[in-house]
Amino acid sequence: MDVLLDVEGLTKQFGALTAVDDVSFRVRRGEVVGFLGPNGAGKSTTMRMITGYLPADAGRAELCGVDVQREPERARAKLGYLPEGAPAYGEMTPLGLLTFVAQVRGLSGREREQRLREVRERLRLDSVWRRPIEALSKGFKRRVGVAQAILHDPELLVLDEPTDGLDPNQKFEVRRFLKDIAADKAILVSTHILEEVDAICDRAIIVANGRIVADGTPSSLEARAVDHNVVAVTLPADAHERALAALEDAEGVAEVRAANDEGGEGEIVLLVRPAHGTDVLARVHEASRAADLPVREITRRRGRLDDIFRTLTSAA
Amino acid sequence: MRTALLVTRRELEAYFTSPLAYVFIIIFLALGGALTFYLGGFFERGRADLAAFFVFHPWLYLFLIPALGMRLWAEERKSGTLEFLLTLPLGTTAAVVGKFLAAWLFAGIALLLTFPLWITVNWLGDPDNGAIAAGYLGSWLMAGGFLALSGVVSALTKNQVIAFVGATALCFLFMVSGLPLVQGVFQGWAPAALVDVVASFSFLTNFDAIQNGVVDGRHLVFFGSLIVAALAINVAVVELNKGA
Ligand SMILES: Nc1ncnc2c1ncn2[C@@H]1O[C@H](COP(=O)(O)OP(=O)(O)O)[C@@H](O)[C@H]1O
Ligand SMILES: [Mg+2]
Repeated sequence: MDVLLDVEGLTKQFGALTAVDDVSFRVRRGEVVGFLGPNGAGKSTTMRMITGYLPADAGRAELCGVDVQREPERARAKLGYLPEGAPAYGEMTPLGLLTFVAQVRGLSGREREQRLREVRERLRLDSVWRRPIEALSKGFKRRVGVAQAILHDPELLVLDEPTDGLDPNQKFEVRRFLKDIAADKAILVSTHILEEVDAICDRAIIVANGRIVADGTPSSLEARAVDHNVVAVTLPADAHERALAALEDAEGVAEVRAANDEGGEGEIVLLVRPAHGTDVLARVHEASRAADLPVREITRRRGRLDDIFRTLTSAA
Repeated sequence: MRTALLVTRRELEAYFTSPLAYVFIIIFLALGGALTFYLGGFFERGRADLAAFFVFHPWLYLFLIPALGMRLWAEERKSGTLEFLLTLPLGTTAAVVGKFLAAWLFAGIALLLTFPLWITVNWLGDPDNGAIAAGYLGSWLMAGGFLALSGVVSALTKNQVIAFVGATALCFLFMVSGLPLVQGVFQGWAPAALVDVVASFSFLTNFDAIQNGVVDGRHLVFFGSLIVAALAINVAVVELNKGA
């Protein structure tokens, strides 16, 4: 069984607001899926339905083959979940909290000791192991939250913004950790940070206003950006008119325009957008040679994830 | 059941790592003692029993138990730990029962810490220790009733102050439903059977009976079924209010 999370038509209404609207996707073993969207897109609400915390108005979620609405406790036993904001009992120590979670999850004896030691080491909790959680920094609190989620070594992990509010080093650590454990698990991570997707995700699902607007690998999403495969040509400013004419006539070119605020003193950067996102680097090169343009630099650019993200999530 | 007891243990540990527990116990003992000696005239009565002590318990509990119960759910909702707790593989019922049990045991501990009074009456005279035991049992059951009601109110809100005021009001209604004041509202228009039902819900009536040494099955059943019913409602309220 390789599909560890199967979400089908999940829908949630809060009064007149449809917070989640017919969301369907699957996560397979070995996959890290980024769940992206602006604030209020419905990421947390979707995750709460997946964990069975909120009842769905329509649709269903299967966790490792178990329907979470029908058999919530059995489904949750297979799941590791970090709720948004990593809530934890502030008066407890990481040791106390994790011991409680281990007991509830039925871990005992040597196994419990071993799992506690493992998460303590992996998430570097040694220095705060016996300090009240309320006295810990945000970074440590997050890590305690991740620790309780992975304590029973679940096959399926659902993490709601695990790196929110961490400093760059802490973010890096949590990401590296997720990559480390990803091989035999299915992981769904929500985030509104795009670099995260490039850093750890095999696939990204973008949601806006409760709907899925894109689902694919980071590079397939990048390819959907309007300026994917744009060729940037840097020239002396006085060659502007001549270059514009020459490049516009090249085959396969849809549009040429000058970039704002790019290039050095006395330079201009022309952005050559290909028709249908095709690769026109060679043609642009040929055309500029044929017209004897004083080209100083020529590069092909990849579409940027944040452009496609903005296009997809602001249209609705 | 196993998970409910784990929740109970976690909660009890939490009580004793927060100052709330000690403040509660100290206030309970101080107020209980003051009422017994000054208002109850413990010595002046010249009788070797604890009636002067138990008689104030309904009033003591009216404020102290909602103070204990107000945080049960309101705090978990506010801090987000409710989502953490209820997405562990334990049912809402286990969480509700576990948390209630912890608070009830805690109230029991506070009650047991009044044992110096019991020693005092035994030293001064020759009391009916059976009646005293019945008094303690009745008091603890009544605390459980108040606590279960407070839990329901606490599950309705994120705001602990609202939970406290609401719980006090609800407990007050249950406490006085047997008094002439309340009965007067119902008499005249409601059928006699209903008037009796309302009266039978009275904590005062049921507690009086027990603390007078009459451990009648009916009164035990009253508090027992009230607690069970309130916990069932508590489960439903927690379920319904989870997302809000
Ligand atoms: N319990 C709730 N009651 C009413 N509205 C809610 C509730 N939870 C979330 N919402 C609304 O649903 C939408 C989606 O919220 P959420 O799932 O938290 O988004 P995200 O996690 O993507 O930021 C938001 O508009 C939010 O205000
Ligand atoms: Mg969210």
